[in-house]
Amino acid sequence: MSSISGKAMTHLQQLEAESIHILREVVAEFANPVMLYSVGKDSAVMLHLARKAFYPAPPPFPLMHVDTTWKFREMIRFRDRMVAECGLKLIVHVNEEGVQRGITPFTHGSALYTDVMKTEGLKQALDIYKFDAAFGGARRDEEKSRAKERIFSFRSANHRWDPKNQRPELWNLYNTRIRPGESIRVFPISNWTELDVWQYIHLEKIPIVPLYYAAVRPVVERDGMLIMVDDERLELKPGETVEYKSVRFRTLGCYPLTGAVESTADTLPAIIQEMLLTRTSERQGRLIDHDQAGSMEKKKQEGYF
Amino acid sequence: MAHQSDLIEQDILAYLKSQEEKSLLRFITCGSVDDGKSTLIGRLLWDSKMVFEDQLATLESDSLKVGTQGGAIDYALLLDGLQAEREQGITIDVAYRYFSTDKRKFIVADTPGHEQYTRNMVTGASTAQVAVILVDARKGLLTQTRRHSFLVSLVGIKQIVLAINKMDLIDFDEERFQSILADYRLFAADLGFSSIAAIPISALNGDNIIEPSANTPWYQGPPLLNYLETVQLEDDARQQPFRLPIQWVNRPHLDFRGFCGTVAAGTIRPGDELQVASSGKTSRVSRIVTMDGDLPEAVAGQAVTLTLTDEIDISRGDLLTGIGATPLHTRHPEAHLVWMSDEPLQIGQLYLVKSAAAVTPGRVTRVEYVVDVNTLEQKQAPTLGLNGIGVVRLELDRPISLDPYRENRATGSFILIDRFTNATVAAGMVIAIAPLELREKQITPEPEGTDAVGNRIITLSGAATSGPGVSLVDLTRQWGTLEFQLSPGFMEHLGKGNRILFRLRDLGQLPAVAQLAYEQALSFEFDRTADAVSILLFKRDTALQPRSYDDDGTGI
Repeated sequence: MSSISGKAMTHLQQLEAESIHILREVVAEFANPVMLYSVGKDSAVMLHLARKAFYPAPPPFPLMHVDTTWKFREMIRFRDRMVAECGLKLIVHVNEEGVQRGITPFTHGSALYTDVMKTEGLKQALDIYKFDAAFGGARRDEEKSRAKERIFSFRSANHRWDPKNQRPELWNLYNTRIRPGESIRVFPISNWTELDVWQYIHLEKIPIVPLYYAAVRPVVERDGMLIMVDDERLELKPGETVEYKSVRFRTLGCYPLTGAVESTADTLPAIIQEMLLTRTSERQGRLIDHDQAGSMEKKKQEGYF
Repeated sequence: MAHQSDLIEQDILAYLKSQEEKSLLRFITCGSVDDGKSTLIGRLLWDSKMVFEDQLATLESDSLKVGTQGGAIDYALLLDGLQAEREQGITIDVAYRYFSTDKRKFIVADTPGHEQYTRNMVTGASTAQVAVILVDARKGLLTQTRRHSFLVSLVGIKQIVLAINKMDLIDFDEERFQSILADYRLFAADLGFSSIAAIPISALNGDNIIEPSANTPWYQGPPLLNYLETVQLEDDARQQPFRLPIQWVNRPHLDFRGFCGTVAAGTIRPGDELQVASSGKTSRVSRIVTMDGDLPEAVAGQAVTLTLTDEIDISRGDLLTGIGATPLHTRHPEAHLVWMSDEPLQIGQLYLVKSAAAVTPGRVTRVEYVVDVNTLEQKQAPTLGLNGIGVVRLELDRPISLDPYRENRATGSFILIDRFTNATVAAGMVIAIAPLELREKQITPEPEGTDAVGNRIITLSGAATSGPGVSLVDLTRQWGTLEFQLSPGFMEHLGKGNRILFRLRDLGQLPAVAQLAYEQALSFEFDRTADAVSILLFKRDTALQPRSYDDDGTGI
């Protein structure tokens, strides 16, 4: 990404520069920023950009993972390895209240489970540590309500997003002003698309969780999706059988809510090839967005990323 | 065909290699209600194969439920993201859309055409390089077309596509097309555009969007997508004098001091001499540091970290420049201001002014004129309301380094932030340093004797403070306690929304001003800055929203 001389900047070089600018602006203007690290490919790119932005210093903020306790085991292993390699501080937050109340994706449905373990968990963690800015790896091309969200997205003291009362965002001049208790969610890769993310991972050789690569894994078919049997907590329903299939994941989250796709793409170019030739969007593998039109908008207003 | 499916299937590595050199184009689409903007962008996403099957399924069901095309696919629904606007059938905010072809990645700012949402258009245009202005072929140029063209010109866009849409509804009539284009060229002559490409299209049917249309044999130019893929981007920023606004100083340990920022103009190499705009101090570039190794050169647009050969004082807010290309360094810029808040501009009130790297308190001292965006007429007005555009003079608490906006969009732009609500209330574009003699009306009153208890009497007359905006009454050379007398016309002057800014020598002068405010039912705002104690006296507009005055943590 560094040879420029004489040539126009490529689209990835321009996106990279914009993201680095955003990351630095937050560090310059906020007292207590944090990077929400979800362990997925978008987080991997965001973390890589942060390392570049502050080199030779390490990124001057901790990573935080809101762990629902239902993440793929491979994600947790990868997370711990990356944190050790980058020399960063990691905060893991679990909504213990939710755990004690026995909230699981199986018993309470995806909507309530997500609300309690992800949205509530995130709000708790932000309140506990009093972070005034939180980086997230969301992209505007992911979902329609995100297309209109600012890069510096204001949150009230109750973590609410008000889509109709957003601050105008002009040039690369970001309004970072908040009152005590309020915060800003910052999305450094807002302008990247799924393809940009993959191309950048390819060019920069950024490590990603092995679950993105195809391998033979134990899965069951449930509600039209292939769910990986990642541990013994996944109880089989009558008629369900565990099958071993060559599958991979286009998006990562809680294993009971994340659909696998059958695939043999076990290299990065093969993944990109498959993505370009596939005709379904990456969020299709997520149960959350299917609930109803505008569902993401509602969740975001309530404080979900 | 937007993606080379064959190459992807047969040689993905070759395909990826070919994608590495893609450029990026940011453009804005603007048009009036029902010009078919959303349909056009939906069509571009659709035809460049950026719509997936699951999105198509949602689109088909949405088209039946809330579509405006009688059950046929309503491309606009691909875009209208927020539920409120879906229900109202209008686009209420700037939305960013992404698609790419083999030559370019595109970022589209989709902005609403309603008058009350002018601020959204300025927002979307601020990062755009090209503007696509939609015109309904049946209606020709409308007031909105003129307004949008003025706004994109104001924001510095030089390359315009005039997309004359709904050509199918006028039987692809060339004469009509040419007459709209001629009208437009006439209107746009003074707007400073470097190119206007007119394309006859039908967004609904796809004419001249991706492929040349068989319905317009008389049109020899490229279809819209082809134009966007090949338009030469006027990237002259590299040839301009070097500018690096310092965003952050990187000090991981005592032996490293890196100056971080995004290069706003020019090119820099190790050994080049640089100057700090505020102090005039100079040094040379030692290294251009990145995680992938040092660079031999950095150019406009790159986010860099520089180390210098000398230890000179540089911090966030400083502007590093090339030698012999001095920027403006001033407390008194004159600028175009686009007002974006429901609450009107308060002349004389402190706002935060945020430019490329610096943030400083500052006030607007005077609105020179406002521009009627429909007629482009200049008018006198005391202030700016929502979506108002005008030329104003500012007084900043400390000097900052700027360039005229027409020379550099990155170092010539700023935003105003309300210190109480923290809202972004205006976008500013620097024109020049305000002419000195007109900066503000200044009165240095002379006492006219003393009263019975020894107070010095100062008369404030309406005549002495006439003229719109803020008048400055300098009390810094007055000694002893004061008493004000009002001559006729003074209250009338304040009643028109004008304000008086008292510069005080010390706090002992405060009671006199407070007494005046109490007796006349006026409001005031107190400011203590590094070099002045001042009070802004004004008559509060009863229509103003109640404001919250809790500590905003700035200490100002």
